[in-house]
Amino acid sequence: MEILRGIAVSPGVAIGEAVVLDAEEYRIPRRSVAAFDVAEQHEILKQALEASIHEIKAQKEQLSDHLGRDAADIFSWHVGVLQADQLHKQIAALIEENHFSAAYATSIVMRTYQRRFMKMDDPLLAERVRDVQDIERRLLRNILGESREDLAHLSSPAALIAHDLSPSQTAQLSQTKVIGVALDVGGAASHTAILLRSLGRPAVVGVNDLSSRVSGGDTIIIDGVNDIVIVSPDAKTLEQYRDQQLKYIRIRDELTAMRELPAVSKDGERFQLLGNIEFPQESKICSDNGADGIGLYRTEFLYLRRRGEPPEEEQYNAYRDAVLCAEGRPVTIRTFDLGADKYTQERFVEPEPNPMLGLRSIRYSLQRLDTFKTQLRAILRASTEGQVKLMFPLIISLMEFRQARMMLHDTMEDLEEEGIPFNRDIEVGIMVETPAAAIQCRDFAREVGFVSIGTNDLVQYVLAVDRGNERVSRYYTPAHPAVLRLIHDVIKACAKAGIGCSICGEMAGQPIYTMLLAGMGLRAFSMAPHNIPEVKKLIRMCTIRQVERLARRALTFDTERQVINYLRSQTRKILPDDPI
Amino acid sequence: MTEPGTNNCATAEVTIVNSHGLHARPVMRFVDLASRYEAEIRVDKGDGTEQVDGKSPMHMMLLAAPKGTTLRILTRGADAEVALKALAELVASGFSDDEPS
Repeated sequence: MEILRGIAVSPGVAIGEAVVLDAEEYRIPRRSVAAFDVAEQHEILKQALEASIHEIKAQKEQLSDHLGRDAADIFSWHVGVLQADQLHKQIAALIEENHFSAAYATSIVMRTYQRRFMKMDDPLLAERVRDVQDIERRLLRNILGESREDLAHLSSPAALIAHDLSPSQTAQLSQTKVIGVALDVGGAASHTAILLRSLGRPAVVGVNDLSSRVSGGDTIIIDGVNDIVIVSPDAKTLEQYRDQQLKYIRIRDELTAMRELPAVSKDGERFQLLGNIEFPQESKICSDNGADGIGLYRTEFLYLRRRGEPPEEEQYNAYRDAVLCAEGRPVTIRTFDLGADKYTQERFVEPEPNPMLGLRSIRYSLQRLDTFKTQLRAILRASTEGQVKLMFPLIISLMEFRQARMMLHDTMEDLEEEGIPFNRDIEVGIMVETPAAAIQCRDFAREVGFVSIGTNDLVQYVLAVDRGNERVSRYYTPAHPAVLRLIHDVIKACAKAGIGCSICGEMAGQPIYTMLLAGMGLRAFSMAPHNIPEVKKLIRMCTIRQVERLARRALTFDTERQVINYLRSQTRKILPDDPI
Repeated sequence: MTEPGTNNCATAEVTIVNSHGLHARPVMRFVDLASRYEAEIRVDKGDGTEQVDGKSPMHMMLLAAPKGTTLRILTRGADAEVALKALAELVASGFSDDEPS
């Protein structure tokens, strides 16, 4: 048993046989074989070794004119490794003694070597890891031949182990039997992590050299609560985790059942539960979780992924994909929120001393009109494919909003002249995420089509707390009475003006705030898709009278401590079994 | 340099002089030469760390021996002494490795 520490990015427990994915997506279908198949496995290994040697020699021959001396030497080393008796004997011993399949035995031996190279201080030698991986891949390809399977054809639930996964690979997992994921690299804020969360697959990332420690077929526990991955657990550990897993599965099944049910309070009030997304593929995940649409499509990813301005066509394709995946449900696209991110800061001639108060978001767009217009064009073009809404972030004044809207109208004129179709009546709204916009919301409500309250930034700006700074992050809470009153004012102002109002910050997906916000009059919540079932469950258990009473009481408290304690106790009364 | 031992064992210490140490080409030169002999060939760095099979390209690479490392070569078998002599000369010559490419 080996316990490895990483960063949990998606909660839950997954127990399964490991499927180790490398760049070429090989996976080992069988770990061990019956005694009478041992001879066959020896033969398969022998032939795979011969075939691999032959391949490399042929490749070397073919490339001899182009191959530098160093590259040729490396190829010779590959051949040498495969020809050596010692390697063959080592793999054969595992087949003979443990009845391992040739593929599994090969993988174990090669991964042991990979680990040893990885530990080397000399960077040149550490690079040999890639060669050993390369040799392993080649051998596995020759061992598995056509019998290798891709993830779509998994026949039993599997724990996916990989060095890294691309966002598109991750999005595809929803169609597979992969029940959990553990990766060598990545952090909680990576896009893959966000996707894994929205897929609802337990996941731990940043487990260093995990993928070289695990061989396909090993039993793996992915503990997405305690940040650990357990390789080949002992019987006692396995039993403990099976119990835990049952508990999670019960809760999850209950939530899955929520998907088909409408978000309606006990007394018949309809709510809109929407998803926040970063990639078009997540749109599908939102539907899987029973979302009524996309309340926030963050488009910066397009920019940050390619480390530069994405061309109109690339943007158009992404927006259109998201809209099409939403199948007629509304999709609110937010224009680039750039400027405070690391990438943009690095590119400023002089980095800003205080990026959160600097040239970011709509300000950034309004100073780079070409970039802004390209994005508006792409969004407008996609607006014919479904129900698209457009939203400007970080607005602080009406003048700013009018300027952005003017750019939109300019862009519309351009498209019209070019004869390119778009939806002229596209709804245009703003994010209320600055104290200025919140306080002046009544004025805004007369001009904008809708409002989405971005509580993450709003809380940060109202309380003057950077939640990423651990010295002060404990002061960061949406439960602060000043924040709550401001949110309440915005909701009321929108209701009075008859325009849509939603919340798209993390607060919207935290069950502890669901009843309070509903009681304040909020009817649209936009959140990470995996939070939707839980929030829906809660809404379906309450009446409007009940939540209004709760909100009135919560708004009388003068400290955040009282607010939180009250909300927690009230939520627990309704959901005694769920982790709040 | 060589020291005939009992059971036809021989051992020698020799310093790596080529600039890149034991990388792919020197490893293969060593292994190719070692494989021509019957004798069992073991190599270590004389520092108490692992002893590796001198006929295994993987293990020789794992030895991680840069320039200046003193290799201890141990041979055992009928042609132990001839093998040792040849291998020690190869290492001492810098594997004829530093010619410009």
